[in-house]
Amino acid sequence: MVLIDADIGTRLGPPRGLAPEAGERAARRTLREQVARLEAQLGDCLATAFPGGDALPGGSGSILPAGPRLLGIAELERIRDDLAGRVGEARRVLTARGVAQERARVRLERMLLAPGRHKFHRVAAAELGEGGCGVYQVRPRLGLVGMLAGWWHVKLSSGCPLAT
Amino acid sequence: MTASDPERGWVDAALEEELPELSLWSLVAGGPTARKSPPEVRKRLGMLASRFRGAEAIELRRRPIPHAYRVFFRQIGLDPDEQRTPAEEAAMQRLMHGGFESHGALEDALLLAVVETGVPIWAIDDATLDGPLGLRMARAGEQRPRADGFADDLPAGRLVVADAAGPVAVLFGEPDARHAVTKATERIRLFSLQVGGVPDVHVEEALWTAIEAAWPDSPEDDPGPR
Repeated sequence: MVLIDADIGTRLGPPRGLAPEAGERAARRTLREQVARLEAQLGDCLATAFPGGDALPGGSGSILPAGPRLLGIAELERIRDDLAGRVGEARRVLTARGVAQERARVRLERMLLAPGRHKFHRVAAAELGEGGCGVYQVRPRLGLVGMLAGWWHVKLSSGCPLAT
Repeated sequence: MTASDPERGWVDAALEEELPELSLWSLVAGGPTARKSPPEVRKRLGMLASRFRGAEAIELRRRPIPHAYRVFFRQIGLDPDEQRTPAEEAAMQRLMHGGFESHGALEDALLLAVVETGVPIWAIDDATLDGPLGLRMARAGEQRPRADGFADDLPAGRLVVADAAGPVAVLFGEPDARHAVTKATERIRLFSLQVGGVPDVHVEEALWTAIEAAWPDSPEDDPGPR
């Protein structure tokens, strides 16, 4: 059996037939391209997460701030790995947030379909990924009368509490 | 005095081999500017500020030009989340102060250029230069003079904008004190850094935006190469 490594884009050793110096330069170029791609993906994650992007992971500080300079392979690899870690973690956070929002949507759908079976259940707009401080809540129509008569509906309260 | 044509500066061979898309553009922009910005420029800054909100600041890093500078920062060992790119720094100042504050005709013109195009511009006193500007790595033993007469050591390998006499500025940093534009400056030179993903036309646009804002009468005298 012959195994072929298809992931040649991440192989950083000097390509065959190239002098070591040219091979290292090619490796650095490849790493820079990977850094560019990861930076774009991280930007996408942050824009997707907005508002609430502050929940996304920050950098690990693996590169010391030593001013602008030409980076070697090791430093570029550290930057790439740091970015790859951040992109992976950001995607994990976004996926978890998406799942939670989906669950909240399903709860809201059920409240809307059968309010009588979800008395006083609440779903905040923030749980749905919406802005603002609105809360969907199953409440009785006409207060006590609706409660006794079984007239329930979903009401959206709007507005944020006033600052004290 | 009218502006010269923008021209590319020299790039050290080793640097060019490693970062072939990096280049420096500069031009002699004009004589001393007015102390205060004309009302039109301040109005333009106000309009730009009112169009700019928090969501824009987040989206900024996905726009091609600011993104290109952000990527380049990472590629040269700068963390754009710690040391912001010029466009993001301007955006942050806008969010912190609620508007773009006017700091004088030249500063406002440079700010306008970076906000409108995403391309950073710096100004220096042309008379303090020894030969054309270029890009290279700092050599061992080179120093950066400070305004107080002392000097800071410049680590070898640091990327700098330099003339024949020595470093003029660290890449993406403010020019050294001896090259700063002062009241005695007779000719102001603007320079900009072009990185991979930034087309020539954007750099030229940034330079001309700054010139039109700082020297509002110049384009009417001589439309130049536009």
